[in-house]
Amino acid sequence: MPSAEELRTRIEEALPGAEVSVVDTTGGGDHFRAEVVSDRFEGLTRIQQHKLIYDVFGDEVGGAIHALSIKTQAPSPAGDPR
Amino acid sequence: MTNDEIRTFIDNAIKENRVMLFMKGTPQQPACGFSMRASGALNALGVKYAALDILPDPRIREELSGLSGWPTIPQLFVEGELVGGSDIVMEMFESGELAQLLGVEQPELESEPEPEQPVQQRIGLENRLN
Repeated sequence: MPSAEELRTRIEEALPGAEVSVVDTTGGGDHFRAEVVSDRFEGLTRIQQHKLIYDVFGDEVGGAIHALSIKTQAPSPAGDPR
Repeated sequence: MTNDEIRTFIDNAIKENRVMLFMKGTPQQPACGFSMRASGALNALGVKYAALDILPDPRIREELSGLSGWPTIPQLFVEGELVGGSDIVMEMFESGELAQLLGVEQPELESEPEPEQPVQQRIGLENRLN
């Protein structure tokens, strides 16, 4: 059974330098929410951004990982206080 | 139906319906919270859309994901293009981008996008699977 920590590590390995947080939303080890900020997302559509995350897990999404909710964002431009 | 027939049916459904939602359950009775949110957003926008329940036959989902390259359900297509799953649909609904894409007015967001009645087209794969 995957853990939030394991998912986080795998996303970080796939997208070096990304800021990643993963929450196990039900505590059951099969529903997760991932929030990822990465400069790899620059210039990509949301679809392409989310696919980069899905691709990390392949067939596990829909298998061991029943649900993976994703929020992606490119880093804020320098000077943006957020 | 063979897998090829299912894939052709899905492909046609995407091409023939301007707004096409693949979901678990129906807009009247969603079988999953993610599908409920996606259909709820469309209901709140008052757009006419076609919806197909992927649950009656596991091959529907396999063929759909094979076509779209998207692993999860729901999947929303507008004018033949994959818009996204529930996370993207909800982000775009909340930001007003979905209303803009669909050419409708953004509703007041005081209320939750649930109680509106769906404006749904029946497309009838369900019957052909029985």
